[in-house]
Amino acid sequence: MSSNAKKTNPVAQAWLILYNVAMTAGWSVIGIGIVNHFIKHGTNKGLYHQVERQLLFFQTSAILEILHAIVGLVRSNAIFTFLQVFSRVCIVWAVIWPVVEVQDNIGVPMLLIAWTITEIIRYLFYTFILLGITPRFILWLRYTLFIILYPLGVTGETLTIYNSLEPVRESGLYSIRLPNVFNFALDYHIVLMCTFPIYLIFFPQLYCHMFAQRKKALKGDSSSEKKSN
Amino acid sequence: MELQILHSKNKSKMCALQRLSSATTVRDIKELFHKQNPKFYPSRQSYRLEPRSKSLKDSDTLGSLDLSSDGVLYFKDLGTQLGWSTVFYFEYAGPLVLYLMFYSRLPFIYGEEYAYKPSSADVVKIAAVCHTVHYAKRLLETKFVHRFSHGTMPIRNLFKNCSYYWTFAAWLAYFINHPLYTLPMYGDVQVDMALGCFIFCELGNLFIHLALKNLRAPGSTERKIPLPTKNPFTLLFALVSCPNYTYEVGAWVSFAVMTQSLVGLLFASVGFMQMAVWALGKHRSYHKEFRQYPRSRKAIIPFIL
Repeated sequence: MSSNAKKTNPVAQAWLILYNVAMTAGWSVIGIGIVNHFIKHGTNKGLYHQVERQLLFFQTSAILEILHAIVGLVRSNAIFTFLQVFSRVCIVWAVIWPVVEVQDNIGVPMLLIAWTITEIIRYLFYTFILLGITPRFILWLRYTLFIILYPLGVTGETLTIYNSLEPVRESGLYSIRLPNVFNFALDYHIVLMCTFPIYLIFFPQLYCHMFAQRKKALKGDSSSEKKSN
Repeated sequence: MELQILHSKNKSKMCALQRLSSATTVRDIKELFHKQNPKFYPSRQSYRLEPRSKSLKDSDTLGSLDLSSDGVLYFKDLGTQLGWSTVFYFEYAGPLVLYLMFYSRLPFIYGEEYAYKPSSADVVKIAAVCHTVHYAKRLLETKFVHRFSHGTMPIRNLFKNCSYYWTFAAWLAYFINHPLYTLPMYGDVQVDMALGCFIFCELGNLFIHLALKNLRAPGSTERKIPLPTKNPFTLLFALVSCPNYTYEVGAWVSFAVMTQSLVGLLFASVGFMQMAVWALGKHRSYHKEFRQYPRSRKAIIPFIL
């Protein structure tokens, strides 16, 4: 991903470092917000409201990663990045933000904790790579914590979507009804239900993919260390 | 000459072929392999020089290949293969039947209240005729016009293509035949003009398919540049390499305008993107094959793309 940045262009390099540092900082602020909230209130009630602005801003800023991949600033696959970022942006902007009833639900702190830890480590890792350092410990964290955080995040996301179904059905949120001149109707409730089979199909594949990546990354790292010794 | 056939995945030995000459073609190898491994009929097999290099053509001879001294070819199983026409029949029969199920308003679709009572609006009836004629035409063309030179495709394409065509047809039909359907904004003018364009494009598409069929005598492998014939509909060959796609897109845009359907427009757009990719590929291969290929021709949209 960002680790494969082209080393030729110093402006691009500087931008990527700035971006990754800012994203690390942003997600750290969210992380501190979460911890603070739990210490102060001991419940997830009101947690989303506490971190909403930072979450919306930094999660949306991840769209730049798709742009980086498209213009070739980083060598990661644009479509793969798009799918990852797009699903998160949708959860935030199309489910949690508009469906007030779901904000204090148990799914939200689950995904918040999973996303925040993952992102702090991921952006920190990229930053170090861009600076030419491969921190073994962070590499290990990046390719290990997902074993717990990924299922936790997906459980949080599906729970959140599940709990938004009823409010969406009642309010008719984002639904388009017949008759209209476009002869088109959309039931957002059904659209949300269609996400479950998608999770069911893609989660096992991506999870396995991550294990394969883990094997590659951790093995590659130890061999490169041997060389340097 | 002897040849070892290894599996491209695990590099295990599949078989050894003896008494080959430099004139032996890849097609011959497929036949010989089939005799030893009855499960893998020729169109299922693919051969390459390296486990991950490009697949060899059937017409390649061993003499023309840069074979290693120990004579190794890598075998890849392409999976169950189906003929193009089989896939086409399934692809096109689905929309034809599905659309008419929605048109006749089977009770489980819009409820008992509307069961078997098609809309009384003219445009809805016209649309049903257009849709049915379109897919009937495609089925007949598959049977009588298109020539499939031994082409096959993997069975998963059947599922992929059918889900695309069937889902879109059902989605399109659902709204057009809906009891709450809204009539076109500009009334009969809109319907009549769009219908005219639809018929024109369908005819154009048919005549292009016929012209392509007549370009080559049956059994001949001689390749020619397609040119306009006496039929004025084929004049579009002077402007684009794939006028059949131009007409096809035109027909779907007309259908969408006639029925004033957003899903129709979406179907036309997705279809256009896919056909543009195919047309650009075909256009490039024409340029590669014929040095004197007309420069002014575009791929699918005259003067533009």
